Amino acid sequence: MSAVSKQAPLVEVEDLTVRFTGRDLDIRVVNGVSFTLDRGSSMCVLGESGSGKSVTLRALMRLFPPTATLDGRIRVDGVDVLALGENQLRQIRGGLISMIFQEPMTALDPVFTIGQQIAETLVYHEGISFRAAHARALSLLELVQVPSAKRRLEAYPHELSGGLRQRAMIALALACKPKLLLADEPTTALDATVQIQILLLLRELQHELGMATIFVTHDLGVACEVADKIAVMYAGKFVEAGSAEQIIGAPRHPYTQGLMNSTIHADMRGVKLDPIPGAPPDLTDLPPGCPFAPRCSVAREPCLGLQPELVALEGGQKARCLQYGAAPSFAHAPLLQAS
Amino acid sequence: MFVYALRRILYTIPIAIGVSLVCFALIHLAPGDPLSSVIPEGASAEMIAQIRTAYGFDRPLPVQYLKWLGHVVTGDFGTSIMTRRPVLAEVLPAVLNTLTLASAAVLFGFALGCLFGVISGYVAGTPTDRSVAAFSITGVSIPHYWLGMVLIVIFAVNLNVLPATGMGEGGSGSFGFNWDSLQYLILPALTLSVIPAGIIARAVRGTVAEVRKQDFMQTLYAKGLPGRRVFVHVVKNALPAVLAVMGLQLAQLLGGSILVETVFAWPGTGFLLNNAIFTRDLPMLQGTILVLAMFFVLINLLVDILQTAVDPRIKRA
Ligand SMILES: Nc1ncnc2c1ncn2[C@@H]1O[C@H](COP(=O)(O)OP(=O)(O)OP(=O)(O)O)[C@@H](O)[C@H]1O
Ligand SMILES: [Mg+2]
Repeated sequence: MSAVSKQAPLVEVEDLTVRFTGRDLDIRVVNGVSFTLDRGSSMCVLGESGSGKSVTLRALMRLFPPTATLDGRIRVDGVDVLALGENQLRQIRGGLISMIFQEPMTALDPVFTIGQQIAETLVYHEGISFRAAHARALSLLELVQVPSAKRRLEAYPHELSGGLRQRAMIALALACKPKLLLADEPTTALDATVQIQILLLLRELQHELGMATIFVTHDLGVACEVADKIAVMYAGKFVEAGSAEQIIGAPRHPYTQGLMNSTIHADMRGVKLDPIPGAPPDLTDLPPGCPFAPRCSVAREPCLGLQPELVALEGGQKARCLQYGAAPSFAHAPLLQAS
Repeated sequence: MFVYALRRILYTIPIAIGVSLVCFALIHLAPGDPLSSVIPEGASAEMIAQIRTAYGFDRPLPVQYLKWLGHVVTGDFGTSIMTRRPVLAEVLPAVLNTLTLASAAVLFGFALGCLFGVISGYVAGTPTDRSVAAFSITGVSIPHYWLGMVLIVIFAVNLNVLPATGMGEGGSGSFGFNWDSLQYLILPALTLSVIPAGIIARAVRGTVAEVRKQDFMQTLYAKGLPGRRVFVHVVKNALPAVLAVMGLQLAQLLGGSILVETVFAWPGTGFLLNNAIFTRDLPMLQGTILVLAMFFVLINLLVDILQTAVDPRIKRA
């Protein structure tokens, strides 16, 4: 692990695929995702429901039922995650990589106190006594700014508000000083003012502790608030990736553009919202061409047959769309729909 | 917690009074004259009236009840018509015998039920799960007196390795923790344990599978906890629901089984009840039922308090 130079990215994912197979189940949820993430930086994964954001995130710690098959390459801090055995995997989970979930309501065990739940992680990862772990849990709760932390340590999850519960969840995730924090819609279940507090807290902690963070969200506002990089996911692939300014300011993929147009901003009163027509494709039965083509307003004939590659554009921005590809015939093909 | 326990204990007083009322009423609700087995045939009307007065049946009902209750709380349950011995002297050893049998059955049944329930809860939906389900359904549906007879035929008659009936040479008096005594316990306890094992296996399986589907299981795995620690979480979450089912089964077993105790001639409360019914020994019947009913009330109380102790979500203080 230590052989890795400080300059190498913390996370390197190459051509990741995740597939669930079972008795009457065969679904390819992630279909070739590649990205890198530097130490201490943050990335946001955007996309519609069902596009595979959570599954991509879980793949980083292989948090799946046995029905999942993973392929490709995942290296986190020099560790080949896909090659790990059960025991090593347990050390990674909650140690090197930890995760915050969407529903603070249900993500904590209802019959154990907050203190017990934080402490047991420390006991198993660091081999310290339960009492020492309990003391550490207290300082963690203080770190995430839980008021009267001492009392909250003895509280059960149902005795805390949603915001406090999510803070407790964050404290739990930070317990073993992870280098990579995964946050799956950490604020979606919270009300607006609490959302902002939690986001600010996460950003502050990230800088303070030097963690890399991967956020998943539907919320563009959240994305530009917390992310250095943004990746936009559609049907199990990244369709666009770039810096936060690039994606928000100048989206290049038609899907990202549609996503921007269908989002409500504060200064948009009176502006007509323009939602993307149609619904995401069925992952069990993907079309042969670009999966977005049936909903795309600028799709042309070749889009239905050719799978676009992720093309590098100026400034390091990347988009997976034939209009940026090399196919010369593309520009001459007629638009599929007049709009 | 303490306050709740205290209040819950106070609640049992009206319940106990209700139970005693029902037991008292039993004599008057039972078809036929309660004194029919005491009054000699061809007795004169005068003699019958005398007997009625002797047993206090000429007084108004509330007075009769209070008098009876007064006796009961001081431990006087009356005299058995058949044996002419105090009812309590008959009931207590029987209760002890049933307790012995029930404890053995509980040990067998709960251990088996929990084991199979946890296994199939962990592999819910697989062939293993389905075969456990088939087993437990069979266990619940087999008539246990029939199973008892089959076991007697196999182990006592054909293989001749275990005694068929009774509690051994010295009866319940000399029953001890040794093979000579315990061998008598095996077959009836096994027979009695089958139904609770099946019921508990199903309850545990359902609860465990349900708990394992909860969101927080993800968090536990994401924290990197080993399987045995995750199991502790599963157990603590499943415990309240499982305890409730166990309490009911325990109460049922402590009540004794008329059929199984009769098949194995086990001198417990079931056996006693059976005899009392057939000989119309009303004081005996009344005393036995009262003791058993009080057991039910007590077990319910214990389960309730235990549940509150293990589940922080139940706030009852
Ligand atoms: N364990 C699983 N078995 C089978 N299919 C699964 C499993 N987990 C996820 N999926 C499928 O993978 C697809 C993508 O799921 P995922 O949770 O990654 O979506 P998402 O982008 O996070 O959506 P959302 O915004 O709603 O959270 C869904 O169609 C889902 O049904
Ligand atoms: Mg999701």
